[in-house]
Amino acid sequence: MPRADWEVVIGLEIHVQLLTQSKIFSGASTRFGADPNTQACAIDLGLPGVLPVVNEEVYKRAVTFGLGVGANINTRSVFDRKNYFYPDLPKGYQITQLSDPIVEGGEVEIPLADATKIIRITRAHLEEDAGKSLHEDFHGQTGIDLNRAGTPLLEIVSEPDMRSSAEAVAYAKYIHQLVTYLKVSDGEMSQGSLRCDANVSIRQFGDNELGTRTETKNVNSFRFLERAIEYEIERQIGVLESGGTVNQQTLLFDPDRGETRPMRSKETSRDYRYFPEPDLLPVEIDQAFIEAIRQNMPELAPQKARRFAEEYQLSDEDARSLSADSHLADYYEKVVGVGKDSKLAANWVRVELLGQLNRKNIDISETPVDAKELGYLIARIKDGSISGKIAKTVFEALWEGEAESAESFIEANGLVQVSDSSELQPLIDSIIQNNPKQVEQFKAGKTKLMDFFVGQVMKETQGKANPKQVNELLNKKLG
Amino acid sequence: MHEQSISQMLDALDRKEYSCEELITHHVDRIHQLDEQLNTFITHTAEQAVTRARVLDTARAKGEAPPLAGIPIAHKDIFCTEGVKTSAGSHMLDNFTSPYDATVVEKLQAVGAISLGKTNMDEFAMGSSNENSYYGAVKNPWSETAVPGGSSGGSAAAVAARLCAAATGTDTGGSIRQPASMCGITGLKPTYGRVSRWGMIAYASSLDQAGTLTRSAEDAAILLNVMAGYDPKDSTSLFMDVPDYTQALNKPIDGLRIGVCQEYFGQGLDPDIESGIQLALKMFESAGAVISDVTIPASQHAIPAYYVIAPAEASANLSRYDGVRFGYRCESPADLADLYQRSRNEGFGTEVKQRIMVGSFALSAGYYDAYYRKAQQIRRLIKDDFLAAFKKVDLIIGPTTPTPAFKIGEKSEDQISMYLQDIYTITSNLAGLPAGSFPVGFSQGLPFGVQIIGNYLDEARILNLAHRLQLETDWHKMSPEEFS
Repeated sequence: MPRADWEVVIGLEIHVQLLTQSKIFSGASTRFGADPNTQACAIDLGLPGVLPVVNEEVYKRAVTFGLGVGANINTRSVFDRKNYFYPDLPKGYQITQLSDPIVEGGEVEIPLADATKIIRITRAHLEEDAGKSLHEDFHGQTGIDLNRAGTPLLEIVSEPDMRSSAEAVAYAKYIHQLVTYLKVSDGEMSQGSLRCDANVSIRQFGDNELGTRTETKNVNSFRFLERAIEYEIERQIGVLESGGTVNQQTLLFDPDRGETRPMRSKETSRDYRYFPEPDLLPVEIDQAFIEAIRQNMPELAPQKARRFAEEYQLSDEDARSLSADSHLADYYEKVVGVGKDSKLAANWVRVELLGQLNRKNIDISETPVDAKELGYLIARIKDGSISGKIAKTVFEALWEGEAESAESFIEANGLVQVSDSSELQPLIDSIIQNNPKQVEQFKAGKTKLMDFFVGQVMKETQGKANPKQVNELLNKKLG
Repeated sequence: MHEQSISQMLDALDRKEYSCEELITHHVDRIHQLDEQLNTFITHTAEQAVTRARVLDTARAKGEAPPLAGIPIAHKDIFCTEGVKTSAGSHMLDNFTSPYDATVVEKLQAVGAISLGKTNMDEFAMGSSNENSYYGAVKNPWSETAVPGGSSGGSAAAVAARLCAAATGTDTGGSIRQPASMCGITGLKPTYGRVSRWGMIAYASSLDQAGTLTRSAEDAAILLNVMAGYDPKDSTSLFMDVPDYTQALNKPIDGLRIGVCQEYFGQGLDPDIESGIQLALKMFESAGAVISDVTIPASQHAIPAYYVIAPAEASANLSRYDGVRFGYRCESPADLADLYQRSRNEGFGTEVKQRIMVGSFALSAGYYDAYYRKAQQIRRLIKDDFLAAFKKVDLIIGPTTPTPAFKIGEKSEDQISMYLQDIYTITSNLAGLPAGSFPVGFSQGLPFGVQIIGNYLDEARILNLAHRLQLETDWHKMSPEEFS
């Protein structure tokens, strides 16, 4: 049976590390990259007698996310204990939310190649992260780093609404964009701030029943997510087409070998013996808490794209591209604010600035060219005082740190465009005088020679002449 | 000196009849002489205590002594004490020194109370006889062949033997009140959440409550004034003002409505205890209290509900003792599973392991609804029964235990009869209500107490009635001959 006959069904569980100063149940720092076990306090270590206290910031982030996907915010949510033994889980249980999560329902509209699609969110619940087991550096032993233990996570569970790896990746990217936009998370995937578990099953088109699913855990890049799902689809088709059955199992994706493999059975099929966490009371939040967050909700990417298209008269592509990242969008709006030409600004930000940033692999937040400076350049292009070419020279100087400001650089280097005809006229006269052969040919109909005359003027003025003005003056003289 | 109450000691210190150092040294000497036979302490902190006493004497000379400066106390070894071994009566924590103080420890230290050491207890507070201690059984000062009760048996016996003026304890199903009754002293379990649980090693988090073991209701009021109050480090502690509990002690009890809990006077109750309680009721009645019957029908399900909820919570609370980060670790583990299995098997005692297994079972898939959820429903019913009763009466009275102290070894083979020890005390833990036990007589030469249960946060009223009892009777002043 060809692949086209199989329908793929995918649901994702995305773990997002919340952007907070301190941990979900303790005052220890969540900063990434500290020496092992230097950011684990008595609570994170699970010492005898310690108790968890919920960090209010964590609730603000979770509610922000919930509002961002149009979900129900449960005014009463309950933490539960999920019991299992592992050395990087200090208490022998993880505090999570099982039956009363903070966020339920909601949906997102994700962009696909030629359309958009609604993906429903089942729920999003708060929980604590575990520590890290380090198997490499200790011969025959395992090191435990508990810095990450107690880092706040929001686990976002989708409905099985995705039908291809491309849709799954588009959804994961959308969630990534959303949580960074909302400042719910820093979204640093290389630091594990966003990790996906992919539930994948296949069935023949027309079947109402879902096929048996597998869960591929802890995929931490979009590329790996796509490869892991693709591998799993092919594997399941292979199994079913050779008359076998898919086992419900938990898998790990091995990026080096490009395949999924089952986790050891010891790591799966546990009975977690959930029960309500008696050290924490149910968390009650009131409408005022939710409203205060709603009031301060930032504009989301799709809304912003729509606004950019209307307010700045941008093409859909420009609008979407400039609003994809909240820092970039803020930058663009600053440029427009100073430069007063939204289309020119869009062009400069997308072509010149993003081009450079991408080439050098620098994030927009670390751009060496300030938005105000780029805005100034655009204003000067617009009023004709410099040419686009000069502007590029100034931009380069700004990028390299050779210019203190665009204004001072233009002034110091005398780059202001010459559009004064009294200054240009004598120059044009002398060029015409000195090139009688070309003048003759031009008059005989070789109009292409206009470029030659313009080039001569530019050469004499070191590119500062206003090309429009030069054209007009030349036409008058030669015409 | 050691027969004095806390307020008498404070008066004597004020009048310079003796110094803090003399008072502490006197008690330290008594512990050295007498504790070998009782085994009430796991860890002595005599040296630190004497040093601290000297510091407080200096402060007193300058008029800067904190309010309870020099009062000799002891902490149940379930409270974390910075730099001092904190074992919870278990082999598992025999090597554990806490890096921090429990809130209760910190508060008592701040007012100048001096800890003489850490008292013996049933392992992780699981037991009613103090026989489940890695450090051996504690003997009842009234009879060396009898148990002191448990799990705060060391604290109760130490106070009864006048080795310290007062001690802290914890009560999950009766662990303060039952040993207090059996040792002839005053034991108070406050409302759940009244006293912080921070630094108190957890047995069953939703039931555990810290309280006091003292020689009188007045002393309990003095200590509760210090220990009670909201703690931002404990989310289950109550954000409520703390009254001055000593203020209410002498209020007249005229018109006070006392309910007699019918379920507490059934089969199995020692006749001497029953008549002792009746005498106390007569006394209250003649002082103007109004006595009526109340009923808590759901209490018949209290023991099964407790023995589902408490082990279930314990099974998770005790998971952290895995040999990985602190506590006992088995010799040369072969692999991770071996490390877990042997560390826990060798580190925990039989009763603890049994409760972990019961609790794990009660929470497991397919059984949760039948056991844990059902037990929580019973808990709700018990609470509702009490709330209905407290619409009619101000306080509820009954016995603390069905019998006086039993013999060491007598019930260790009969678990059900051991569990029935808590039949009268467990209901107030399940409901979260405050309750105390106060001496009211002797049966076969052993003391017993009357239990007074109050409405939520009504500790002051419990102590008011108990103080009245102690003004009119001398049961609480009696001390075992060998230790007087």
